[in-house]
Amino acid sequence: MTDMTDHPLLMPDARTKARNAAERRFRAYGLTAITLALAALVWLLVSIFSAGLPAFKQTFITFPVTLDAATLDKSGKLDPVEMAKVTTIGYGKLIDKAFAAEIEAKGIAHEVKPKELGDMISEQAGASLRDMVLANPALVGQTIQFQALANGRIDGYFKGRVTMETASRDKNTSPEKLALADKLRDAGVIAVKLNPGFLTMSDASDKRPEAAGLGVAILGSLYMVVIVLCLALPIGVAASVYLEEFAPKNTFTDIIEVNIANLAAVPSIVYGILGLAIFINFAGLPQSAPIVGGLVLTLMTLPRIIIPTRAALKAVPPSIRDAALGVGASKLQTVTHHVLPLAAPGILTGTIIGLAQALGESAPLLLIGMVAFVKDFPGLPPQGLFDPAAALPVQIYNWTQRGDPGFVERASGAIIVLLVFLVVMNAAAIYLRRKYERRW
Amino acid sequence: MSFTKVSVSALAILAASTVVASARDQLQIAGSSTVLPYATIVAEAFGEQGSFPTPVVEGGGSGAGRAALCKGVGEDTIDIANSSSKIKQSDIDTCAANGVTDIMEIRIGYDGIVFASDIAGPDFALTPAAVYSAIGAKVAKDGALADNAAKTWTDVDAAFPAQDILMLIPGSKHGTREVFDIKLLEEGCKATGAYDLYLATAEGADDKEKGANALKACHTLRTDGVQVEIDGDYTETLSRLDANKQAVGVFGLSFYENNTDKLKVATINGVVPSVETIASGDYPVSRPLFMYVKKQHIGVIPGLKEYLQFFLSEDMVGADGALVAYGLVADPEVEKVRAMIDAEEVMAPLQ
Repeated sequence: MTDMTDHPLLMPDARTKARNAAERRFRAYGLTAITLALAALVWLLVSIFSAGLPAFKQTFITFPVTLDAATLDKSGKLDPVEMAKVTTIGYGKLIDKAFAAEIEAKGIAHEVKPKELGDMISEQAGASLRDMVLANPALVGQTIQFQALANGRIDGYFKGRVTMETASRDKNTSPEKLALADKLRDAGVIAVKLNPGFLTMSDASDKRPEAAGLGVAILGSLYMVVIVLCLALPIGVAASVYLEEFAPKNTFTDIIEVNIANLAAVPSIVYGILGLAIFINFAGLPQSAPIVGGLVLTLMTLPRIIIPTRAALKAVPPSIRDAALGVGASKLQTVTHHVLPLAAPGILTGTIIGLAQALGESAPLLLIGMVAFVKDFPGLPPQGLFDPAAALPVQIYNWTQRGDPGFVERASGAIIVLLVFLVVMNAAAIYLRRKYERRW
Repeated sequence: MSFTKVSVSALAILAASTVVASARDQLQIAGSSTVLPYATIVAEAFGEQGSFPTPVVEGGGSGAGRAALCKGVGEDTIDIANSSSKIKQSDIDTCAANGVTDIMEIRIGYDGIVFASDIAGPDFALTPAAVYSAIGAKVAKDGALADNAAKTWTDVDAAFPAQDILMLIPGSKHGTREVFDIKLLEEGCKATGAYDLYLATAEGADDKEKGANALKACHTLRTDGVQVEIDGDYTETLSRLDANKQAVGVFGLSFYENNTDKLKVATINGVVPSVETIASGDYPVSRPLFMYVKKQHIGVIPGLKEYLQFFLSEDMVGADGALVAYGLVADPEVEKVRAMIDAEEVMAPLQ
């Protein structure tokens, strides 16, 4: 300051220059950090979407199938018990025959061995046709237009995953089959269409990646999130209200407070070990069941709901409580009529974010047998909560472990589905907070 | 107070839920990740026929599966453990201690263990001796054991391609590792003469114990980064191989056959691995795959015996069967196994 006379204000001195430079450097660091973070996000999204979007489309082969009464209904009485004896393998042969006949009828020349033509159709086709016929026995004897999934390699060819060059080295397909697939597409027999089955069908074995869907996983995740909501919300709110409004402030409540904060930071795998020990080994609940997953995730979510709920309760100004008490309301009335409604937006936001975390959690589920091949849909609640089911995050993990390259695409597709759910939940939380938030 | 509440509520829910929980009607299977794809293929086809629900199949590794099998008898324990190695006496003892006294051992077929490298890389013609010389801890040199110093494959044998040694081998929790140890390391150890040198210095009361200790010494691998133990599945080996094109990885035959567009398989003793060469016994590195079944659950959990019969039916393990198409090497003595299932024969004590 003393040498101000030597340095006019408009001429920055050395120290000012250094300070300005430091600020510019700091800004540059910040900008770099944000650019890096954004680049990582973009890279992640691009890689997931480019790998996963093809999962929402699937190659279908449509051709007429004659449901021959002699093979499908030997007794001729349309007796469902008798008809159920025809296996999916029997149906598969029928489909293969019809497919070969269709190629011949269309006059398409090809070099595929007649025995191998059926390999172009997914093995799932037999099961789908069988379900269709058993659900509607009147179809026997008719010729129906049947839409079958194409084999995973054919599907991969239209999606660019399989090329003529890789096919020549692949024992599961051949360039001849791909050439035939091209001709069939020109003839309108094969088409790539939207695949709602990816969201509705259940998991499939390594031999038919084209038929694998997320149905069981979505239902299992839904069951678990509902269980978490039904248990964690009331318990969490009750605990927070008691701690915040009723409990005396002493060492004991302080210890509880510290413990809740600590529990929120406990790694989720620990809850999995706890769940395995308590719910499965001790209480004897079934493995792979949404009820166990739901209970474990409830334990995990509880502290994550209690903390924001207490914060929301704390944010309600004491003047509101004083006013209510002043006009003669009881403590309980004050809480239920005034404090809770005012804190509701904050509680809701905390709950939704807690649920979103529970939805995306996989580590504790690994330990309670949820990483399994589950093909059958769980039943309706409450009984269905005890049936085996998968969950979205573990289904992703499961698919990445499979040998067939078709599952890579499925896993990325499942990640997209999970991300969409999470974005929707978080957006709802933000929307609710913005809409109902009150400032005093 | 909140925790008393939490725990009381949780217990109340538990009490209510155990009442609601009804008898399990689907099979629970766990174990080897090598058997997993076969088991899911069978489970899927089994459930499709509509008579029984689709079994729930879990992976986790052979050892973990057997441990789960031996946890006890009852609906909350699994019915079948898939295993890519034979059951151990310690497993049987645990089982017996927990009341699992009747175990059926069902051999479902054979699986080849293959070495494969990046499709664009050079060919490898491996022998057990070459594998041992590449990654064994000590090799025979001028009649004495010396630390293995081979850096590139040409150091092992001039005929090999000049690239750095890097092998991705299964971790010790995998059943595959046991076969790798016995069929490759021990064989290679003997062929290179390192076994005799280990034997000369081995400790032990008698020759038998000395021999066992020498074999154990043969399993010791170099720790200077030329081998990496993969604890995950073959998909992890494949992605490591993708990242490092120099590497040679260990895979199951079926995994290789489903990824022939990315992998180039190595011959062992000049034999190319395939379903045929493994069935004929020409290809040296193969191992049987097993299912260990809790016989006490037959008749309790619906569909257990039917699942076993379906697993070994012609539609699955026959010449055109679904499992053989996927890469399983069928058991030439499958008829015996089928008879064993029909008779519900339990396994004989281990020798």
